[in-house]
Amino acid sequence: MSIELRDVHKAFGERVILEGVTLEVREGETMAVIGYSGVGKSVMLKTIVGLLEPDQGTAWVDGQDVGSLAREQLYELRRKVGYVFQFAALFDSMTVAENVAMGLRRIRGMGEQEIEARIAEALRLVELEGFQDRYPSQVSGGQRKRVGLARAIATRPKYLLYDEPTTGLDPVTTAVIDRLVLKLEQELGVTSIVITHNMESAYRVARRIAMLYQGRIRFVGTPDEIKQTTDRVVRAFIEGRPELAQEAAA
Amino acid sequence: MSQAWSAPLAAVGRTALSTLAGFGRFGEFGASVARSFRDTSTWLRLVALQMARLGVESLPIALFIAAFTGIVLALQASYTFTGAVPLYFVGTLVGKTMILELGPVLTGLALAGRVGANIAAELGTMKVTEQVDALETLAYDPVAYLVVPRLIAGVVMFPVVVAFADAVGIVSGWITAINMLDMSTAEFVRGLRLFFLPFDVHYSLIKAASFGLAVTAMGCYFGFTTAGGAEAVGRSTTRAVVVSSMLILVLDAFWAATLL
Ligand SMILES: Nc1ncnc2c1ncn2[C@@H]1O[C@H](COP(=O)(O)OP(=O)(O)OP(=O)(O)O)[C@@H](O)[C@H]1O
Ligand SMILES: [Mg+2]
Repeated sequence: MSIELRDVHKAFGERVILEGVTLEVREGETMAVIGYSGVGKSVMLKTIVGLLEPDQGTAWVDGQDVGSLAREQLYELRRKVGYVFQFAALFDSMTVAENVAMGLRRIRGMGEQEIEARIAEALRLVELEGFQDRYPSQVSGGQRKRVGLARAIATRPKYLLYDEPTTGLDPVTTAVIDRLVLKLEQELGVTSIVITHNMESAYRVARRIAMLYQGRIRFVGTPDEIKQTTDRVVRAFIEGRPELAQEAAA
Repeated sequence: MSQAWSAPLAAVGRTALSTLAGFGRFGEFGASVARSFRDTSTWLRLVALQMARLGVESLPIALFIAAFTGIVLALQASYTFTGAVPLYFVGTLVGKTMILELGPVLTGLALAGRVGANIAAELGTMKVTEQVDALETLAYDPVAYLVVPRLIAGVVMFPVVVAFADAVGIVSGWITAINMLDMSTAEFVRGLRLFFLPFDVHYSLIKAASFGLAVTAMGCYFGFTTAGGAEAVGRSTTRAVVVSSMLILVLDAFWAATLL
């Protein structure tokens, strides 16, 4: 089972953001999505879990058309999907442990002891052992992101959607998180989408990389393919050379 | 001629449309609340917490207002009644006014500012920082999780708070009467019981419950429909207070017209 977007359109009022995004993430694959700031990467990710409804087109997860699901079915599907928010979106009235526990409490028949063990495990994976009793306001920005990541992986979902999991982290922590993403893919067979601005990260974690550009997917390919692409728009982006994009436009 | 009219007409039209759209949104919100009521496993265990919070938040301010209202009622009653009316009517006026009107309405208005604003600010902040979306992704119905417990807490706790406020107002009126007016406890109690009906208390508590619903519903609605940033949260908070205060006065008149 995979994640698939078929001809997804989304506009906010007059502002058209997505104009026919089609993308397939294969089962067990990690797909990195890159693209300029404001191009609609987060919007795209939100349509996958039904936080935003496409104006046109469909999002498919686990063989189901997300937009057609009744509420109960949608919540059932969301139990299988972990979502890491770009700005963490931690519940600030709750401790770190309570944040991570939120998803676990939705799993039927899970006892308090097991929940505690899962919290400790998730925090260890993001290198935040012993942070259980702190409040979100008492941890740094990068630590907040990792708590958000721990909250998403604690339930061991089949699908993981990461919205810039490593932006704002130091290089070593970035590598740790990248390894975690890889490990989840390799050991648990998770299917995931990672939005990132960090090309090093993208090369490290992704089986394939897609670039979102002007409302559509401009390019999809393996890291080797993207490094050798002749598409100037893509090259300009991955090499950080705006002059190439200007040439392409001219 | 037609041009002179078109601008104000268009403005009226726009206002009417946006008002209608507002009602539409509120209708949708109401429908989602009704639907989420069925999700008892989510909201049931959160009700006690919200009730405790609401009680702790509201009792001090409600009792403070009631105490001073009782003093003023006693003094103004004796000032009004000089000579013509027997002084024990001070007890009647303090009791009736406190229970029927000032206990519930002053408490309601104060709590619109305290509880309603709190709810709108809290939920509004959760909305703009994507915490509401986070609930969704963790398979929680945000309305069942955030709104329903607060509505129930409002409907249950406002009457409790108002009952205390009524009692404190009467006690402070009595203390004022025996200390500052030339009255005995027996006289005050005689006046208090003169026109008292058990229905008065029901009336007070029904009003309080309806105010509780109005205040928490407006707090939740404006909080939940917040879009933007910190500024938007501020706007929602103000709107919640203004609209719930107006609703309280409208409901007050409604109950007077239907129940009395
Ligand atoms: N709920 C919304 N209402 C209105 N406009 C929105 C909403 N969400 C996103 N947008 C707009 O859609 C555009 C794309 O936003 P999005 O957050 O998807 O960008 P992004 O590609 O994730 O950028 P970044 O890399 O900076 O995170 C932006 O212009 C944003 O203003
Ligand atoms: Mg984004």
